[in-house]
Amino acid sequence: MSDLPLIQADRAVPPPATTTSTGGRRRRLRLLSRTDRVVITLMVLVPLLLVTGFVWLPAAATVLLSATNWDGIGPLNEIEFVGARNYSDVVNIYPPFVPAVQHNLLWLAALFVVATPFGMFLAVLLDKELRGSRFYQTALYLPVVLSLALIGFVWQLLYSRDQGLINAVFGSNIDWYGDSNVNIWAVMIASGWRHVGYIMLLYLAGLKGVDPSLREAAAVDGASERRAFFRVVFPVMRPINIIVLVVTVIESLRAFDLVWVVNKGRNGLELISALVTQNVVGEASRIGFGSALATIMLVVSLIFITIYLATVMRENRE
Amino acid sequence: MSRPQSQAEYLARLVPPSVAGLNRRSLLAGAAGTGTLLGTGLLAGCGDDSDSGGSSKDVSLGSNQSDPKPKDVLVKVTDGFKTSSGVQVAVNTVDHNTFQENINNYLQGKPDDVFTWFAGYRMRFFAQKGLASDISDVWSKLSGYSDAFKKASTGDDGKQYFVPATYYPWAVFYRKSVWQQRGYQVPTTLDQFTALGAQMKRDGLTPIAFADKDGWPAMGTFDILNLRINGYQFHIDLMAGKEAWTSDKVKKVFDTWAGLLPLHQPDSLGRTWQEAAQSLQQKKSGMYLLGLFVGQQFSNEEQSDLDFFTFPEIDPAIGAKALDAPIDGYMMARKPKNEDNARKLLEYFGGKNAANITVKSDPATLVANTGADVGGYTALQKKAAELVGSATEIAQFLDRDTRPDFASTVIIPALQQFIKNPKDIGGLTSSIENQKKSIFTD
Repeated sequence: MSDLPLIQADRAVPPPATTTSTGGRRRRLRLLSRTDRVVITLMVLVPLLLVTGFVWLPAAATVLLSATNWDGIGPLNEIEFVGARNYSDVVNIYPPFVPAVQHNLLWLAALFVVATPFGMFLAVLLDKELRGSRFYQTALYLPVVLSLALIGFVWQLLYSRDQGLINAVFGSNIDWYGDSNVNIWAVMIASGWRHVGYIMLLYLAGLKGVDPSLREAAAVDGASERRAFFRVVFPVMRPINIIVLVVTVIESLRAFDLVWVVNKGRNGLELISALVTQNVVGEASRIGFGSALATIMLVVSLIFITIYLATVMRENRE
Repeated sequence: MSRPQSQAEYLARLVPPSVAGLNRRSLLAGAAGTGTLLGTGLLAGCGDDSDSGGSSKDVSLGSNQSDPKPKDVLVKVTDGFKTSSGVQVAVNTVDHNTFQENINNYLQGKPDDVFTWFAGYRMRFFAQKGLASDISDVWSKLSGYSDAFKKASTGDDGKQYFVPATYYPWAVFYRKSVWQQRGYQVPTTLDQFTALGAQMKRDGLTPIAFADKDGWPAMGTFDILNLRINGYQFHIDLMAGKEAWTSDKVKKVFDTWAGLLPLHQPDSLGRTWQEAAQSLQQKKSGMYLLGLFVGQQFSNEEQSDLDFFTFPEIDPAIGAKALDAPIDGYMMARKPKNEDNARKLLEYFGGKNAANITVKSDPATLVANTGADVGGYTALQKKAAELVGSATEIAQFLDRDTRPDFASTVIIPALQQFIKNPKDIGGLTSSIENQKKSIFTD
């Protein structure tokens, strides 16, 4: 990457044109015309305003509100500050909090260790142009088109204790969505079902783009197929690998819809995002308390974002 | 493919085009696009979609009656109002749960002149916060309401803020055919109730159908046990945060419930009330403590086979005369655009004509106005009306009698925890008490 020119050839204004238009006033070669500068300013300003208005201001407001006990009713000047009480309540007397953190981490681990590698594996298989690979591709990708809320509903038909397909077929009596030891796994299977398809497609697109001559060269050099994948194809796919990694982290942090559809994130399905929603949205309106939870989630997300940005920036510097 | 001229060019080629195409710029563009979509969606959601004009010939009504049947009933009632007064009602129907969840924002924004709501703590709370208008003058023109209903419509300041329309009692429902076949008798004490449950178990039935996936049905069980063991006033004080959850009285409620849990349908936390009601309908369960709406899961032919009894007495000093019977009705917003018409509409809603239309159109509910012609009631409705009429006190249901934040973020997880592990009552009640102290601060 370091050898690429800073401004790509097709975007830069041809230097001769610049020198003629500015005459002899400036001797220095100018890479950017006036239009370019306006465009660049706009391209920086507009997203900056959007990001500030829609991301940073609400985030700052959340942090601020987390120090209050506002119930969402009444003018803003009546808000009472309670310091760190919401945080101490979250940690000390709010029973769903600890399970929620555990479940979020479990979710991340499960997607990262099981679903993502499995999706990659399927992509590698499909890349082999098996017979009917288009069919498999469609079948595996289909869940991604469905919203997670809908997926929760679809799996409910399988998981229902009294009327569900699984218990009917196997004659079992497991309370898939109700037993708090089982339901997190049941829900993660449903979530993984969708995630696998997503990763599969992302990865397949990357694999299709790998120069076949690379593999041929590896084969000529006597590398086994497995070795060729891990030593040649996988390193070449580095950009895709990073995207897959980021997608996995994002998906696990924003896991919410599914547990919300199942039982509103209670009884074994606590996730921080669901707790935030329970407290802030809806009739409850524990805005202050919910904001404290949201701030904790923000901090957790920031850890991953920092790791990601650090990796990307280091890569760019190299 | 031509040969690469330099090593750099060669390396650059190794990046597949699909990857090269997916650079950070397009990712950002995508993110911005999504952001914009979300933004506009949210903004549209915030916008006021009811443009009730200020003409004196109409009035707006915010309705949570989104199910087809009640929605249809409301249309008929508002048509009746139009015929009698000439005022057009603009009904703004919102999904039932959405309406309830957005109520804070709705009332603080530009609410409709009149809106549907429930009696109970929440009604009094809105009245106290000045989000609803005093309608005592409408009440002075109403007749046919018992004192219990008037009390349920009164705010903390002694003025009325609510017009009751319909209600339904909570009771123990069963199928007559099953009970006749097995010779079961309606229990009147807790011992008889427990003995009946044991008998049903021996007969291969699940004694008590039970479901708590959605969190609220178990509140009905807690409520009725609390009303039977500690009485109505304790229920009200407990819900208002005045009594301690760690008291022996509350522990006795949980103890009694723990004794009854083996008679309940197991694995209730994964079951919806509809599924539990179906187990009653399929004659797999013997009885089910639920609201009158349990009948929705029965076909028209089966309606006459459905019967109920009120939960039996536990303490003779308390009796078995109190029960949960949530009341639905109407309130007026704080600054209605057409105040005169809004008051007229509320008066009509509280009158006999509206009640008569409701009786004719909806067999699943009871009308609050005793002056209504209830000749059209089914046997079940008549019995339910008698039950509530003979009640000494009417509670509204746990989540309507207390702060919604306490009910939804503390009580629901706590009751589910209890159902999972009925043994640790001490730990459970002290956890509830700690959270209660943090929520009931003012």
